[in-house]
Amino acid sequence: MNTAGKIFRYQLRAAVRSRWVLLYAGFFFAAAEGLLRFGGDSAKAAVSLLNIVLMLLPLVSILFGTTYLYNARDFVEMLLAQPVRRLSLFTGLYAGLTVPLMAAFVIGVGVPFVTHSFTSSTPSSGIDASALTILLFAGVALTAIFTAFAFLIASLCEDKALGMGVALVVWLLLGILYDAGILAIVWTFHDYPLETPVLAMSIANPIDLARILVMLKFDIAALMGYTGAVFEKFFGTGFGLALSASSLFLWIVLPFWAGIKVFIRKDF
Amino acid sequence: MTIIELKKLKKNFGTLSVLKGVSLSIEAGLTVAILGPNGSGKTTIMKSLLGLVKPDSGELWFRGELLTAKAINDGAYRQNIGYMPQIARFEENMTAREMLAMVRDIRNTTASHQLTKYVEELTRLFGLETQLDKPLKTLSGGTRQKVNAVLAFMFEPELLMLDEPTAGLDPIAASNLKDLILAEKKRGRTIVLTSHVMSDIEELSDIIVLLVEGTIYFQGSINELLGQTQERTIERAIARILKSQSTKNIKDHEHSR
Repeated sequence: MNTAGKIFRYQLRAAVRSRWVLLYAGFFFAAAEGLLRFGGDSAKAAVSLLNIVLMLLPLVSILFGTTYLYNARDFVEMLLAQPVRRLSLFTGLYAGLTVPLMAAFVIGVGVPFVTHSFTSSTPSSGIDASALTILLFAGVALTAIFTAFAFLIASLCEDKALGMGVALVVWLLLGILYDAGILAIVWTFHDYPLETPVLAMSIANPIDLARILVMLKFDIAALMGYTGAVFEKFFGTGFGLALSASSLFLWIVLPFWAGIKVFIRKDF
Repeated sequence: MTIIELKKLKKNFGTLSVLKGVSLSIEAGLTVAILGPNGSGKTTIMKSLLGLVKPDSGELWFRGELLTAKAINDGAYRQNIGYMPQIARFEENMTAREMLAMVRDIRNTTASHQLTKYVEELTRLFGLETQLDKPLKTLSGGTRQKVNAVLAFMFEPELLMLDEPTAGLDPIAASNLKDLILAEKKRGRTIVLTSHVMSDIEELSDIIVLLVEGTIYFQGSINELLGQTQERTIERAIARILKSQSTKNIKDHEHSR
């Protein structure tokens, strides 16, 4: 096993014992179970859950990731004093944090949906397995993206308070202000053909991409915002899904790569 | 044989100049104490050698090889170095035993009979036998510092870098650690340490390097230091050098005005 794999293995073992990861899984379990029990059919529950996933998951991932790397600074120093490449350490630590968070989300959301699909008395009310898979994929991708942002921010900013502030601003910008900005642009320039710029703008925001990805699969894109409708009109469901999924992948790679570049040059 | 050589090493953190062209060479088998006030650059020298801090200019040589950016990034040379930092913090949800195993694993060192025996010896020396399976977050700062000591010594490296090793240790553990350092010294290991405890310096070191504001003010044996300053103790000798230097600085400053 290579060094990054070894670091990941030990980190994973430590993360499993962390009560925060358990709490995180418990929160998604409670939310999914509650929505399934009291929110009508599972398709509705999945759409309601999507809003939690799009808002809360990036926030938790970016804050948890930033705090984690700041708190692990002395530990990182100790490991870097060993014959370890910085690339291996960064990758091992990133995977050691991201994979448990992903697993917590998948188990927390997946278990209630799977158990309800077996116990539900009305089979038609359930969402199909591929729609649930897309929802889980979107959550997993957002976790990877926002922990990558967290590692980039914590590597860039020496000061913890500043780093936490930047993390919050990134989340606020991508999660809330971005959509408001798109709406403002659409409203201001409503006389012009805006499909292409809006498409470009939605690709430039991973949260929007995740929303579009799930909406296309649920076939209710037109109901969930302008960007979703434009996406479906332009690319159709199949190509739209592939484009948004591959763009999400690019969104994982970019901050991760930038984080490695900064981490390798950084003084400890 | 020269094991470490620093040539005109410079490092700035923002506008703060921490190392101002430090040149230093350390012979293998000697114990060298780097002394100086807080913020004088002692830790930065150690961290530069470990690749934790990237110098702005100058050269670092280890065992006759120039540490290029690639060599520092690859880190293979660190296989020969044991480092004990000032502050001991680990992954809190791991146990001390797991931490020792993790470091052994990432160093690609097999759990040989000899290594296992030596680790047992070290854990007994620091009274860690009953602490090994507890999560590190439950251990006191001093106990974690003992785990730190075990990590630095367990691979029997050629060079030991100990940053204020006795700070935070109880008197028994500090005394045991000093015995261990002396034993390693006898085995021909090179030891570079920093400390503010003059009795430790006196007991352990062959060579003293006095670093003030990123510049070396003195380098030599304890006898040379005492002879040069006509003082009876290291503490007074250092105080005299620092005082004379600050007087010189004031005069230089007034002269330049």
